[in-house]
Parts: sequence; C-alpha cells; structure tokens
Amino acid sequence: MGAEQKFLVCWCACVCVCAQKRLWEGTEVGTNLADGASDNKVDHVHDTMQATDAPPSPPAKDQTQRFAFDERIWEATNVEINLVEDAPPIRDKEADEADHVLDTMQTQDFPPPSTAKDQFQEELVIKPLHSGDIYASFQFRTQWDTDFLEKHKFSHYRLFPKSLGQVISKFSVRELHISFTQGYWRTMQWGQPFLPSPPGAELWVWFQDTVTDVDLAWKELTNVLSGIFCASLNFIDSTNTVQPSASFKPLGVGNVTDQRFLRYAVLPREIVCTENLTPWKKLLPCGSKAGLAVLMKSEKLFHSSFHSQALHIRPVCKDWQCKSTSWELRQTLNVVFDLHTSGQGKREWSLFKMFSRTLTEACPLASSSKVYVDITDNPQGELFELSPATPLVSQAVVLGDGRTYSVYDLTDHATFGQTHSLNVLLRWRAAESGEMLRPLLHGERYVAGYGLQTGEIHTLVYNNHPYRAFPVLLLDTVPWYLRLYIHTLTVTSKGRDNKPSYIHYQPSKDRLQPHLLEMLIQLPPNSVTEVTVQFERALLKWTEYTPDPNHGFYVGSSVISALVPSVVAMDTNNTQERPLFSSFFPCKEESTYFMRIYTEPLLVNLPTPDFSMPYNVICLTCTVVAVGYGSLYNLLTRTFQVEEPSQGLAKRLANIIRRLRGVPLLT
Amino acid sequence: KFSHLKSYFESTDSPEHFLQNTKYNAGDADVFLSTKMAAPLTLLFIVAITIRAVLFRSSLADLITERVEVVSPLNAWKRVVEGLALLDLGVSPYAGDVFHETPLMIYFFHFVIDYAEIVFMVSAVCIVFLLQFRKQKYALEGDRYPLDCLELIRTPREMLYIPLKVAMFYLLNPFTILSCVAKSTCGLNNAVIALFILSTIKGSALMSAIFLALATYQSIYPLTLFAPALLYLLQRLYIPVNWRRPSFWLFTTQYVFMYLGSLAVMVCLSFFLLNSWDFLTSVYGFILSVPDLTPNIGLFWYFFAEMFEHFRLFFICVFQINVFFYTIPLSIKLKEHPVFLIFMQIAIISIFKSYPTVGDIALYMAFLPAWNHLYRFLRNIFLVSVVLLACSALFPVLWHLWIYAGSANSNFYYAITLLFNVAQILLVSDYFYAYLRREHHLTHGLYLKRKDGSEATLVLK
Repeated sequence: MGAEQKFLVCWCACVCVCAQKRLWEGTEVGTNLADGASDNKVDHVHDTMQATDAPPSPPAKDQTQRFAFDERIWEATNVEINLVEDAPPIRDKEADEADHVLDTMQTQDFPPPSTAKDQFQEELVIKPLHSGDIYASFQFRTQWDTDFLEKHKFSHYRLFPKSLGQVISKFSVRELHISFTQGYWRTMQWGQPFLPSPPGAELWVWFQDTVTDVDLAWKELTNVLSGIFCASLNFIDSTNTVQPSASFKPLGVGNVTDQRFLRYAVLPREIVCTENLTPWKKLLPCGSKAGLAVLMKSEKLFHSSFHSQALHIRPVCKDWQCKSTSWELRQTLNVVFDLHTSGQGKREWSLFKMFSRTLTEACPLASSSKVYVDITDNPQGELFELSPATPLVSQAVVLGDGRTYSVYDLTDHATFGQTHSLNVLLRWRAAESGEMLRPLLHGERYVAGYGLQTGEIHTLVYNNHPYRAFPVLLLDTVPWYLRLYIHTLTVTSKGRDNKPSYIHYQPSKDRLQPHLLEMLIQLPPNSVTEVTVQFERALLKWTEYTPDPNHGFYVGSSVISALVPSVVAMDTNNTQERPLFSSFFPCKEESTYFMRIYTEPLLVNLPTPDFSMPYNVICLTCTVVAVGYGSLYNLLTRTFQVEEPSQGLAKRLANIIRRLRGVPLLT
Repeated sequence: KFSHLKSYFESTDSPEHFLQNTKYNAGDADVFLSTKMAAPLTLLFIVAITIRAVLFRSSLADLITERVEVVSPLNAWKRVVEGLALLDLGVSPYAGDVFHETPLMIYFFHFVIDYAEIVFMVSAVCIVFLLQFRKQKYALEGDRYPLDCLELIRTPREMLYIPLKVAMFYLLNPFTILSCVAKSTCGLNNAVIALFILSTIKGSALMSAIFLALATYQSIYPLTLFAPALLYLLQRLYIPVNWRRPSFWLFTTQYVFMYLGSLAVMVCLSFFLLNSWDFLTSVYGFILSVPDLTPNIGLFWYFFAEMFEHFRLFFICVFQINVFFYTIPLSIKLKEHPVFLIFMQIAIISIFKSYPTVGDIALYMAFLPAWNHLYRFLRNIFLVSVVLLACSALFPVLWHLWIYAGSANSNFYYAITLLFNVAQILLVSDYFYAYLRREHHLTHGLYLKRKDGSEATLVLK
C-alpha cells in the first residue's frame, strides 16, 4: 500500500504543478512565430470564459486568398488549451488542487462566472497522421447546471439527454465512462489518441457513496445501458467485472476514492456498428440534423480502420470557486480513415472525402462549434496545403507535446464563404511526411506457448524516453477460465529482474470472478519491460462455450496508466522560443502528463469437448459405473455353490408323468 | 502376541476357539526383515531413490509435472506453490480457485518448501516401510482347514518374500515414480493412509483414529476406511461384532469419539491458522461439487462437462455416493477380513473419486503382491493387465493428439479413461471374487465333488 500512496502523492504533486502552470501561462507572452504578425497574444483561458470571449471574424477575402499565410494572425482563441480529457485523472485532481490554488491566487483578470444554465459545445479535430491516414476526433460537451446531490432536481431537462439524466439519478451514479470501439489504435504508427479506448466495449462507473448494494446497482445499470446503446452490455456480470484499486480514479470533482464504489468491465468481443451509433447520436441536442453531427454517416464512419465512440459523464466545477458542481456529458467519436481503403492511396483528404458530407452550419444550440486542423508539422504550408485558409490559429499542449491548430469557427457565417458550405481540404505537396516523434510509452501483448494446456501471457511495455524513468500502473483482467499462476509472474527490464513496487492481485473464482492483477512498475529509460505470467486453460462445461468455440475466447486489453515525462521538456529547440530566464531549469511545469494506453486484446483457444456427444457420454460413463456396481453387487449378494447339471427336458417331462402315475421318479 | 489374528472369526459364538491357533510368534517378522531381507531391500531403496533423484534433475521432471494423469487440481505441486505465493502476497490462498490443499498442508509446505523433493522421496520410502509391517504381520494362518487346502495356505517361506515384493511393487511402480517426481501431494496422502494402516495393524486405536482423521481431513474419501479399521481393532481385542454386547458398543463409541475428536481438533486448528472457514468450501466443496473439469483419468470430468445443467446436481450426488455406497455391504461381507476390506475400499476410492491420479492407483496396487495366494483364482488377470498397460501407454499419446496436434478430439482421451476404469473395476472385482472363492475353498475343500461324484464347478448363485 505504501507504493500506491507514493504514486498518488507523486500524482498530486504533478497535478499541483499543472494547476500552477495554467495561472502562469496567463501572463506569459508568446514570441513571434508567424511571419508578419505583430499583435501576437497567447492567452490561455479557461473554458468558462469562452462565451464572453468571442474571436473577431476573419476578413472575407480569406475565402479567395487561400494561401494568405501572411495575414494569419495569432488570435486569442478560446480553445480548451490542454484538451484536458486527454489527461483525465490530472484534471480531477486539478479540480481539487486548483480550488486551493485559486483561492489564494485568483486575480482580477478572470471574468465573473457565466450564468448560463446549460451549455453545449462541439468540435472536430482533424489530424493528418504520419502513416498517411487521417484522424478525425469529434467532441460534444453538454454541461448541465444541477446539483447532483439533490435527487428532485433531476426533473427538468433542456440540453442534457433525459434518458441519461434518469440513469444518473436512479442509480446514484457519480461518474460514468463508456466506450465502444471497433479496431485497434496503432500507437506506433499513429501516435497517441486524444482519448484512448480498448477494442470492444468498456464501461467504468463510480457510484455515489450513498449506494448500499453496489453490485445490484451495477447489474441494473448495465442492463439499462445495454438498452440505451443497443449493445451487449447485459453480458457484464461478476465474471468480467473488477474493482481496480489504483488504475481508474474519478475524473470529476469529489474526493471519494474508495474502490468499493468503482466497477470496471470490458467486453472485448463487442462488435460496434450502426445500431450503437444511432442511439449515441440521439443523445446530442441537435441530433444528426445540424452541426458537426451531420458528418456522422455510418456508411463512412464504419468504413474505417478505427472507430471509437465514447460517452463520459462526470461532475465538474460550475465556476472558479467550485462552490457548486454541474454535470458534464462529453460525447466523443474518434475515427481513423485509411489511406488506401478510404483515400484510394492519394494523400488528399477533405471533409467530403471522409464523411460524404460538408458542413453548412453549426448546431444552433451550441455555444461554440469549431473545426481544428493539426498543422504542427506544416507551419509554413510546405507539407500540405490547407484550404480554405483560415486566419485563426491556436496552440495547445496535447499529451505533453506542443501542437498548433488551424481553427474554423462554425458559429461565424464567414467561415462557410459564398458556397455556404465548408469542405476543409488537405492536399499534400510532398509524398513524404515529417518525422513522427516516437510515442514515449507504448504497450504490446501476446500469448506464447503452444497446445491447449498451458500458455504464457507476455506484456511488453516500452519506455522510449531517452533518459527519464517513470512508473506505470499495469492493470490486467483475465477471465477465470485462464487460470493464472501468480508465482510465475516475472517482470524484466533490460535483462534484469524489475520487482514491482506494488502488486494488487485478486485471484479468480470459477464462474464467479475474474483475475485482477495491478502492478506499479518503474520503467527504466529507453527500455522494454516484459511482464510474463503463465496460465492454464480450463475445460468448460459444454454449455459455457460460445457458439463458435474454436474461434477462441477474448481476453480484454491490459490498461497501462502512467505519468509520462513531457516531450516539451525533452525538446531542446524549445529554449529558442522562450525567454532565456524562463528556461534554465530543465524540469518545467509541464514535465509530466497523464497517459493511459490499452494493449491488444488476446484471443485464446480453449480445449473443447465434443458438442455432439452429451447423450453418448452420459450413457457410456453410466455403463462403466454400472459395470462396477454390477460386479460388486454380484459378488456381495451371491454365494458359491456347486453347479449341479440341470436335467434334460425329456427327463423332466418323464418325471412329471411318473409323478402323476405314482411311479418312483428318475434321477 | 499377533498369533490370533485369523483364528478369531468364529469367536462370536465360542470365544474359546481362538486359544487353539497359536503357531507363529510375534518376533518372526522383524527377524526376517532385519536379517535375510535387509540387503535386497537396501539395494531396492538405493535403486528407487536413484531413479527419482535422476528424474528430478532431468528435463523430464517439468514434463511429468504437467501431466494430467499424474497431477490433479487437488494435488498439483504447481498449485501448492501458487498457494504459498498468494500467502506471501497477503491474499488468502482460498480467495481464488487454484489452491485446494488443506491449511495444515500449507503450513507444512511453508517450512519444507525448499526440501520438497526430499520430502516426497522420503515419503515414498516411508510408505514402503509402513506397508512392510502390515504384510509381515497379517498373513498368519491357522491350520484348522481341510487337508486338501494346504496348498492354499502360504508357507512362511512365501511370506518371507512378500515384503520385498510389496516394496518392489510400490517403489518401482512407474505410477509411483511419476507421482513422486511430479511432487504430487497424493504421495503424502498415501503416506498418511499407510500410517493409518500400520497403526491399525499394530492395534493402537488412538493412533489409528488420529491418522484416519488426518486422512479424512486431507480428502474426505478415507472416511470409508473407518469400518475396516473398527472391525480390525475389534478383532484384535477379541470383541465380537454383536449388537447385544456392551463391550462392542463401548469400544465402538470410544473409537468414534477418538476419530471425531481428532477430526474436530484438526478442523479447528485449520480455522485458527487462517482465521476463516473458507477452506471448507475450497477443499471439501471442491472435492464434492467437482467444479474443475480438467481432464484426468477418472470418470467425472467428461461426464460433467457434457452434463445437462438441470441434471447436474442429481448426477453429482449419484457419483459421489458411489464411493461410500459399497462400505456397508462390503463390511458385512468381509467383516472377518478387515485388511482385505481396506484394500477394497482404497481401490474403490481411487476408481470413483472425483479427481483420481495414478498415485492413488499405485497405493492399492501395492497391496497386490500380498494377495499372491489368490493368483490361481483370478479369472482375467492377463486381459486386465494388458488393458491397463495399453491404456497407460495411450494416455499421453491421445492427449498429445487432442491438445497439441489437434488431430484428435476429446472423445479419444475420454475413451481411454473409460477403458482404464473398466480395467480397474475388473481387476478389483476379480480379486474380490478370488478372495471369496479361496475362503469358500478353505471351508469346503479345494476339490469339490458333485453329488454324483464327478468334479464340480463352482458358480455364484
């Protein structure tokens, strides 16, 4: 337990630093990055400010002057700069910590809190990937100003979907995170996703501490969600539910971290398709009628290499003082279109090519509606050209890496130009793409061994940081029918034994609960850490097999959660862009960030009985038992006697006649 | 002092009978053991231990440890190590479904984990020593049989070689060797049962009750050995099995109390060691409800893998009762021959128990040389031996075809387990038949005649 506390302390410290960073950044003056812009202002402001801080509209001539980079201005954009959902646990801690920090450090610069009741924001981030594929990430955020502690307030709904509001109030849910993913995110080719999710369905829920029977609430909740999302979440039962002790901390405000109120389950086998997307879209205030959601046509979305839709509900601070809380519903949809199947091998992407639609309007209910295009590798337009050009640029630190985005504001009519539609087009000039920074943390998993008796699960965790070691939390959930032998657990880094500083192991119970293995491992710099554990495959009852038993059984992804040293801190060029006085100490405020990655799910074959045999087996086995019974019964009840030869038939007949006649019988 | 063993059985009517049959005296067995048999036995031990030590050090050891015929979920060494690892992690070994040893066993292995190989080798040798005394002291016969039965009665010279044969049969039995090399805790359970048999034969009621309780505590099934132990001790004390005799009831009550008392002490001790009752469901619940369907040489695994869910409980009851079912009729039939009854019970346990391994079979097979005087009455010993040998060879072959090659399926392995069990059943019932027949001949003469004077054949009616 000591190790866990240490980890948490470390976490909190980092979070503190992050919170402070934000305040400092408010006063930081960005240097001149773009060619001619003189009025640069890098202003990081909190998301609550954005309603009062509308950006000026770009000149109309931008529509015609596509390459008007000279006129690009650095604008005070109202981006959620940190894209905080990428670093969720930090954020929740941050909320707590920020609370303290803000009490003392609040300045007059902050505007008074907005009084709007419900808010809706939507955004789309398009990121060209180094492999030539393209990554589109939608985020929809609905904020509902209601006090979640008082049940009677769950009665009036405006933007927040009623079906979810009722679920929250009925089951006393504090946080709910659900994701449906088809395909596997290829970290080594694509870098880190904004919001990681494992293949299949993932659900984790924090209940209020007023819930007495958490298991019952969880069971009912999964069944209700199963209905809402048309998914097989009703297959979540005690055999695939675990209570991780450290890996999944609440992301919203609040300080309940008792794992008794947490339930986590993964269904790696879940197939995600249109029937899951439709109910998900219906939860949006505009549905798929207007705004960014018009792009979500399932025939295109599911013709992709990776598709992930998620939904996160959590309590967040309503204002800076965090005196009261409100509900935040965040719906995200991430999709990666393949260069060859979707793009016909040409490195030329447009909204129309990706989604078969263009944008014509923002959702009227949205307070902000934006499209971001990642142009970090393309600051001068030398790699690809982006049209229509936009004067708005924003900078953000995403997953520890400074990124630059072109921004299209859909609430501004000028964005749509004369054609009244926006079709963002990226056309590559060069065949090659820029260098991709290797992801600092990366995980892989596979099953070793042959035959159907035993096997070994290998998990490889890569630390690609050249000089920093950092700890990771590894969470493994293995179904009961693969019997893990924890004494065979080995953790090796660089050929040396690397003893985990914290192990939480919950062994499985047959047909009741899965194995849960959580470990805190220190990853040495520039190393591969290999975690192996042996297992034995169980023979199940014939009714326990899936309809396609020889396809194999899925084992959910390992979850690797880590505080990763920032790439920004690693960047030597960074010193040139900053005032010298600010860059002496190498460990800067953004020195670590939270990251969660998922490994591949496993597909494991089990030995199978012959499914056509039940009657035969019952008959044959019972026959053997009967042979045993019969022979013993025979010997127990009978006695030995001398066999007397039986008389012949003729003799017996003759004796009957002789008896009738009164003559002595024959012997 | 051991001279009246066999002479006792008519004594329910006339207790004075047993006085007349005093032929051999007690010292004989020990004298034989210490002088003439010492050299071959020592040689045998050296050979047996060398074989085991070599196998422990060879690469075959890992292979043998994984064999499902040799280890079951109940006694696999891997699971013992896992239980200890869980204990080190601060998790109760019974929190999961991997460890099924009793709490006393954990604490035993907690101390001897580093010397496990030695423990298993020593226990194998000990079993032989324990069985030695039993054989020596058992087969003393009276001379009150018909004259033509003399060839049925074993001479002291034949008796002389029985200990050596038993030792060879146990120590060099491939089943025992495999079981020992796989460090299956079945070997230790066998040692407990051997201790129980020894103390019973020695006539120590207390020790007998304690070891019987220990064996029961380890794996429930030895409960059925209670009846033969009681019968033997009664016989030794010349107390007739007679419901109207108070002495019978007195001793029976004493023995029951000793047995239940020591069982209660062990169970409570287990509770205090881990401070929870989890082990009851994890050990005994596991044995009785058969949740783990890992293939083994028994009848349960495939039957319950293929069972219809709503008949499951019924058939579990039927199959489990099967072990205990024969105790009372066998005790009635063999009440004068408690040692043979022990053999029968051990054999029935090892055939019908839920997780049998070859180690269990080796235990009852060690008795077979003691019944060498029954060979002439065995009907199909050749067939049965051949089937047992063929099955033993086919187990690994069909396992490989099913699990590794994928060219066979589970039915192949299942068929062999069926055949193996049929052969075992035939073997046991054949010995039972032979024993009853020999008893019949001992009272009625070896060469029976019909009424008409021709040679008669015996039939069961």
